[in-house]
Amino acid sequence: MENQFLVDSEYLSKEALLKKHRLEEEPESRTNHMAYQEGMEVIDSDIKQTVLNAIKDYDPTIYKKEDVLFALQKKSCDVEDLKALLSPAAEPYLEQMAVRARTETSKHFGNTVYLFTPLYIANYCENYCVYCGFNCFNHIRRNLLKDEELRHEMQVIADSGMEEILILTGESRAKSDVHYIGEAVKMAKEYFRMVGLEIYPLNTEEYAYLHACGADYVTVFQETYDTTVYESLHLAGHKRCWPYRFDAQERALRGGVRGVAFAALLGLADFRKDALATALHASLLQKKYPHAEISLSCPRLRPIKGNETIHSENVHERQLLQIICAYRIFLPYAGITVSSRESATFRNGIAKIAATKISAGVSTGIGDHEEKYHGQEAEQAGDEQFEIDDGRSFETMYEDMEGEGLQPVLNDYLYV
Amino acid sequence: MEDKFELGGVSFSSRFILGSGKYSLDLIKAAVQDAGAQMITVAVRRANTKESDNIMNYIPEGVTLLPNTSGARDAEEAVRIARLGRELGCGNFVKVEIMRDSKYLLPDNLETVKATERLTKEGFIVMPYMYPDLYVARQLVEAGAACVMPLAAPIGSNRGLATKEFIQILIDELDVPIIVDAGIGRPSQACEAMEMGAAAIMANTALATARNIPQMASAFKAAIEAGRSAYLAGLGRVMSRGAESSDPLTGFLRD
Repeated sequence: MENQFLVDSEYLSKEALLKKHRLEEEPESRTNHMAYQEGMEVIDSDIKQTVLNAIKDYDPTIYKKEDVLFALQKKSCDVEDLKALLSPAAEPYLEQMAVRARTETSKHFGNTVYLFTPLYIANYCENYCVYCGFNCFNHIRRNLLKDEELRHEMQVIADSGMEEILILTGESRAKSDVHYIGEAVKMAKEYFRMVGLEIYPLNTEEYAYLHACGADYVTVFQETYDTTVYESLHLAGHKRCWPYRFDAQERALRGGVRGVAFAALLGLADFRKDALATALHASLLQKKYPHAEISLSCPRLRPIKGNETIHSENVHERQLLQIICAYRIFLPYAGITVSSRESATFRNGIAKIAATKISAGVSTGIGDHEEKYHGQEAEQAGDEQFEIDDGRSFETMYEDMEGEGLQPVLNDYLYV
Repeated sequence: MEDKFELGGVSFSSRFILGSGKYSLDLIKAAVQDAGAQMITVAVRRANTKESDNIMNYIPEGVTLLPNTSGARDAEEAVRIARLGRELGCGNFVKVEIMRDSKYLLPDNLETVKATERLTKEGFIVMPYMYPDLYVARQLVEAGAACVMPLAAPIGSNRGLATKEFIQILIDELDVPIIVDAGIGRPSQACEAMEMGAAAIMANTALATARNIPQMASAFKAAIEAGRSAYLAGLGRVMSRGAESSDPLTGFLRD
């Protein structure tokens, strides 16, 4: 079944529909996705080009069994080894890859697994990204948590025992501006030990401001490193600009944050190339900023409200495991986050091999934690970004991880 | 006479110190009961948590806490973390750990000297983790460090005494205890460092990643004691090129 991303909501006005169809059907009506838009900071960095060259030259079909085995017996893997480990030739050696990955994980992280929860504080969005539930043409309930609502959500989550939070927004500078996010971060510092951000890309100064508010980690998913596919999926809005998004982590580091996270949304384009690009992007940035803590996420496409058919076409659990093991073997020191998009069984398994951080008590909606945690209906809640698979609560997750022989860690961080 | 060594006015008979790399409650228990540790490292950032999950709750009484500054990227941050550790009730000991590389986690010697200078002035008993460099070690001692803690190999690598020759120089030249930290993967390597004259061994990963943690802990204890005894017994009598000649080169001397 092929993905059918384009869905028209019956609630769209005639004008909106016209605009939407024009964007979808007439590529020339769309802006240049490689051009920076007004207000976007341009930094001098050669990492983009290095990554683009690497994926252009990568032909996964040329790697053979010998290349995979050679990579697996080396002490530390280089980019060629990573390419072999991501190739189809490595598929029969998944067990060996998992064993090696587990060894590396245990050397660097012991048997610990960090727990966190995402908190979506707003779902307004000015982008048209065809696969995303928050896209501006999708008919969903929009919401933005204000003072007391926000405080209430944080209180509910903090009461569950969680100490690390990841604040997320849709991409709307108009509705959820940087100052609004900064205030949310300051409030979160009252309730949680660690505060991370997964919001729209910012300029260096804005990252510095949010860092001063108390946020120390920034996650930006590139979605796909294939610029042509990117162009065909991100049809309008700030997110359409591929290079500005690519340099977000580097601007965040220049803004003073401690760590940055990377991801390709697996299934949008050639997943082997996207995985290669993600790992390379992270490793090159760490090389340039050696103090930076880097981590990777490995999301797959999920169904959204208004389009239940969206799925990850060719990235099955086997391929996902291969990618995660390759990430771990190539970057033994990197954090790896596995989200609730994946099943409980998969997450239990991967936590013993390579994942260092998993989410629990997750809602991707806005303002519905009380409903999710205590069964109290939230009337004004905003709709979700995507459907999750693993709905375990913080408490259940904590117990399950202990049951798997792992040590759940709630915090190992200080804001200094 | 009991063989002890002293740090900041406190004397220790155990020469095994538990590092902070990987935590588990089993590990702490084994370190104290089976390896005989009298000092346990606690990362201040890891102690920065709510009551139930707090590692500090599991440290047995009578064990000296050694808070470390892991997570610090420069001297300024190390000083702030050390102060916070003291506020949390960790006492006056502090292991200064400053890393500016998230891949290898190698200590930054320059920043470590700066932090040591500042912290000793604030009354801390400073135990600096460092890359074995004689000049830096001397600066640390001059700055008031209670000991010097050179790394044997990259942290968590279990690669043994990769910096052996340089650690030996520190042992030979400095008058403070030299505590070998990071990279010790086997009891035999701990034994070797003790034979060289190290005052104590700090390890964590080697125990944490063992199949049987308590058994590995007692193996370390035995190895450290054996190495210490060998050092005290005087390894100098071991000839590097075979036996002494029965026809000595200086045999021609007459008056």
